[in-house]
Amino acid sequence: MNNTTQSQTRRHSAASSSSQGAAKAPAIELRKICKSFGTVRANKDISIKVQPGTIHGIIGENGAGKSTLMSILYGFYKADSGEILINGRETIIPDSQAAIRAGIGMVFQHFKLVPNFSVVENVILGAEDGRLLRPSIAKARRELKRLAQEYEMDVDPDETVENLSVGHQQRVEILKALYRQADILILDEPTGVLTPAEADHLFRILDFLRAEGKTIILITHKLREIMEITDTVSVMRRGEMTATVTTSQTSPQALAELMVGREVLLNVEKTKAKPGAEILQIKDLRVWNDEKVERLKGIDLTIRSGEILGIAGVSGNGQTELLEVLGGYRTGRGTITVNGKTLDLSGRSDAQSRRHDGIAHVPEDRHHHGLILDFPAWENFIFGYHNAPEYQKNTVLMDNAGIVRATEEAMQRFDVRPPIPALAAKNFSGGNQQKIVLAREIERNPAVLLIGQPTRGVDIGAIEFIHKRIIELRDAGAAILLVSVELDEIRALSDRIAVMFDGEIMGERLPEDTDEKDLGLLMAGMRDRNRVADEETPNDYNDPRDDNDDDGADGGDAGGEGE
Amino acid sequence: MKKLPLWADLVLVPLISIVLAALISALVILAIGGDPVEAVSVMFEGALGSPYGWGYTLYYTTSFIFTGLAVTVAYHASQFNIGAEGQAQLGGLGVALVCLALPWPHWALALPAAMVGAALFGAAWAAIPAWLAAKRGSHIVITTIMFNYIAYSLLQYLLVTVLRPAGQMDPATARFPSGASLPTFHDIPGLSGIFSPSVPANISFFVAIIACVAVWVLLWKTRLGYQIRAFGKNEQAADYAGISRTKVIVISMLISGALAGLMSINNVMGEAERLLQNSAEGAGFIGIAVALMGRNHPLGVFLAAFLFGFLYQGGAEMGLWTDIPIELRLLLQGLVVLFTGALDEMVRMMITPFFRRKEAR
Repeated sequence: MNNTTQSQTRRHSAASSSSQGAAKAPAIELRKICKSFGTVRANKDISIKVQPGTIHGIIGENGAGKSTLMSILYGFYKADSGEILINGRETIIPDSQAAIRAGIGMVFQHFKLVPNFSVVENVILGAEDGRLLRPSIAKARRELKRLAQEYEMDVDPDETVENLSVGHQQRVEILKALYRQADILILDEPTGVLTPAEADHLFRILDFLRAEGKTIILITHKLREIMEITDTVSVMRRGEMTATVTTSQTSPQALAELMVGREVLLNVEKTKAKPGAEILQIKDLRVWNDEKVERLKGIDLTIRSGEILGIAGVSGNGQTELLEVLGGYRTGRGTITVNGKTLDLSGRSDAQSRRHDGIAHVPEDRHHHGLILDFPAWENFIFGYHNAPEYQKNTVLMDNAGIVRATEEAMQRFDVRPPIPALAAKNFSGGNQQKIVLAREIERNPAVLLIGQPTRGVDIGAIEFIHKRIIELRDAGAAILLVSVELDEIRALSDRIAVMFDGEIMGERLPEDTDEKDLGLLMAGMRDRNRVADEETPNDYNDPRDDNDDDGADGGDAGGEGE
Repeated sequence: MKKLPLWADLVLVPLISIVLAALISALVILAIGGDPVEAVSVMFEGALGSPYGWGYTLYYTTSFIFTGLAVTVAYHASQFNIGAEGQAQLGGLGVALVCLALPWPHWALALPAAMVGAALFGAAWAAIPAWLAAKRGSHIVITTIMFNYIAYSLLQYLLVTVLRPAGQMDPATARFPSGASLPTFHDIPGLSGIFSPSVPANISFFVAIIACVAVWVLLWKTRLGYQIRAFGKNEQAADYAGISRTKVIVISMLISGALAGLMSINNVMGEAERLLQNSAEGAGFIGIAVALMGRNHPLGVFLAAFLFGFLYQGGAEMGLWTDIPIELRLLLQGLVVLFTGALDEMVRMMITPFFRRKEAR
């Protein structure tokens, strides 16, 4: 809380200084930047001024051109036309070396670190002073200690990077930029991989940096972050800069409207769930990955008909494995029943038999699993259901013409744009690709829908639509397992929330009984706020789960191992 | 990669590739003191200038269609079948065993039986690499290339010690019964006036065309083809959809081997009428180039097979009628493979700016 007020005041002062301080040259000024890839115009006449010592947010949907613009600034792409001015001087940035010389540092969404190097080795990589490493390492270590103190970035310089948490790895990236004397720091979707607590810490660091007079550009698609930390915000839409506004004088709704060009509902309208019979039961599910590491360590979950169970958690804590074993393409141990039928987990069954059992699956990664990108939409529309009798003309041939017709109708119903069945999946935008997958899975009226990251890389307009469809399927009586790293999404859609950490369910909550902080603690592996670190009293945190089990028809004592 | 219009991708790029290959060949011919213009005219005259030339060109084309289709089917399952050569030789063994087993009364009976034999033996030769790839993860390129050598040695052994009739000097089977002799173009009503009895092109050419259509139907109109292509494009997605890895790899390789084996109805049954050593004569390897150049589409395979048939026959004529050595045919083929296969992207990059400029206007 304290922290928020602090940033609030600073934001106001920065905003007022920027309005009156026209004499001071902007840290970065872009004038009429244009960049095309073939026929696609990624940036159209982008002009922007970033005042020194401020945090400037750039927000926009996926594919709006944010990353292209920053890549031009960092020397990865060359603009077709336009000028870049750094501190008032026109600067040509042909490569990233030139960007670094101009004082620009970039923290990428996917870190560019050598995992088996130490922190200090990573920091000096490419910035070694001479042929011998020892002197530059010693110098870097001193410098890192100073920077760490100054900005509250406690990172052990001699720790190997692969042993660091994601949040710490990100700090190493920031340190790398600061070590190169960057005055302008660009962060591309920095919180995508962080827990809420880590994100808070990052914002605190950014606050310190701003206080030191550094200029920060924050690229994100999360409105909340923009509102929380930035001084000014620029909105991009389809390659154009639609607006630059002072953050304190705008609202999330106004920004969202600018992003999509129309008003959007950020809240999901849904009625109270009317859960029916237990459809999906998971008991003591254990899964090992290909390296024989246990990734699911005894999961117990139950989902009833007409109910959405949301799985919250930082990605990589077993959610993927859970979906895959339910989806039929990963083996495991334990018991899973659907409508009373026990599924085979040993690998003798496959994803086809899961579909027969009424489990539909919208996979987390539609590019690698959900779609064949080179296939046209109509071939993707039957993917996984290609053996269904209604898609066959006779024993030999498929009914291709019929499939095309069915696809066209489904595309209309799901508002897929453009509604052209012959268009290859890769030529649709992320949101429309996801709608194709959803249409395929939802239209089969499954008993169970597994849905992973339903709106990852999907623009706001489509998010609304997708959420509506999920609620509709719930109300039609399906049991829905929702996995998402977006807490907002989990909280908006779920009727119950289970939090996963390191292959275990840390606890279950009702969305109305919890808040972000509570979930964040669970996501970080802290089982319960008032719980001592001992392992002796597991019933403390099993309570919500026991309650649910007791209501069940067979009264299973899944939570009873603590007795 | 920037997108080119479809016609440029399918016609212009291969055409430029061929022209580039021809230009470099011309330079080589000049360097060794030959006359490139004469070489080209002899090639065209020899391969396409007479029914006799056509008879040979289409004969080679037939073989290349089968092996090109074989590589194509495996390719769509992302299996690079280098073993069409060995599979074709085994197919030849199948043809020989069928043809020699009975005193066939008529080719119309012998041909289907020989096709079954050819396909079964070719498929069997692909089965082991396929199974190893599906179950053990062995690399299909390594195993199929090894099986080429095993096939060669196996046939050498069989031809020398088992199948050679007593008293015959050369390592080959006995001549097939005359009832198993396939009609050549000369024997086909309507074509008999055009083609002389000496041309080797035979009825298998039409079988090859049917095979093109069949492969097209298989890949784009059937469930199996759908699964093969889906698996070939994205193995992870195939897992998600419940498409069996083992099934797709094994079945696609069996079909591939069967198609390679079927080539033997052309060269073994239709032309030699007995099984000789090294019967496939490298057609299995040319099949790779044909599939590459034909963009792994049956129509493309047909056109590319015809091009290579032309190069094969035209090159032979060039070796015969000019001072240019016949080995130059290999050079030309090699360059065509290099340009259409390996340097394909280079050609594409060269012509892309022209199309971009046109769009910008």
